[in-house]
Amino acid sequence: MNQIFQAQIYVTLRPSVLDPAGTAVQSGLTHMGYSNVEQVRIGKYVELTLTAPDQAAAQQQLDRICDQLLANPVIENYRFELKEVADEVNR
Amino acid sequence: MKFGVLVFPGSNCDRDIAMVVRDLLRQPTRMVWHEDSDLSDLDVVIIPGGFSYGDYLRCGAIARFSPALQATLKHAEQGKFVLGVCNGFQVLTEAGLLPGALVRNRNLHFICDRVALRVERTNLPWTQNYYPGQVVTLPIAHGEGCYYADSQTLEELETNQQVLFRYCTSAGEAIESGNPNGSLHNIAGICNRQGNVLGMMPHPERAADPILGNTEGIHLFKGLLALTGAAVA
Repeated sequence: MNQIFQAQIYVTLRPSVLDPAGTAVQSGLTHMGYSNVEQVRIGKYVELTLTAPDQAAAQQQLDRICDQLLANPVIENYRFELKEVADEVNR
Repeated sequence: MKFGVLVFPGSNCDRDIAMVVRDLLRQPTRMVWHEDSDLSDLDVVIIPGGFSYGDYLRCGAIARFSPALQATLKHAEQGKFVLGVCNGFQVLTEAGLLPGALVRNRNLHFICDRVALRVERTNLPWTQNYYPGQVVTLPIAHGEGCYYADSQTLEELETNQQVLFRYCTSAGEAIESGNPNGSLHNIAGICNRQGNVLGMMPHPERAADPILGNTEGIHLFKGLLALTGAAVA
């Protein structure tokens, strides 16, 4: 029986890539008085649900989706959390 | 020599390119809708500037999966010419036809300006009408034009002389003060190993019609024609 999973995907810039937007936000925070804030890096968050026979299959497919489209491996890393939300009949 | 100009939802330099190759150079030219998958009649595929698919996710990321781009990959594999300008360059890196990536400009500004570029290599059709080290001025208009690649890739690009255009000062020095967007190695345009695929952030098509006051970009298109002996109007 197929299961429905929800994925929460975090895409972040690789440490070696400059993040001028993060730097700009950090300078805004400094102006606000938060001079103790450093290392601001801005990434992306993607949510999706997918139907798969089991967790391992879902994970495998999600890795491909991230590598091929959601993240650009040249400049970005990704990680995701996967949880089962329903099986198909109880939807 | 037959040209095809890809048109994605959000492309906005497609007609400028067509105006150059069809009207100024009098070459057969057709617009290629992003859903077309047969490019077999074309000698040169040009991916124009703009905001393909709204630049959603990342610039060029969605365009990569369109039928027209899949056909462009085959076109390139056959050794035929592919030019990507601005958003087109971003599409080519996303598609893996060119190494590296284009990220947000260092200063976060969308830069619309005319900048000096040094022509680094002239033994390819694209640049054969320039002389080595020539400093040309071309328009740029981008928010994500900062070229990034890891150090190994940069080394390979330099070793294989794949950098065709570099941002520079008006005196031709490729130094920080001549770098508008933070591109590594001042890279403005690169080709693949074989030399048939070129991606560049500056817009040669916007410096082609004499009425606009600068024709330094048209030599790039004329270089291709010289290759086949096609008549230049």
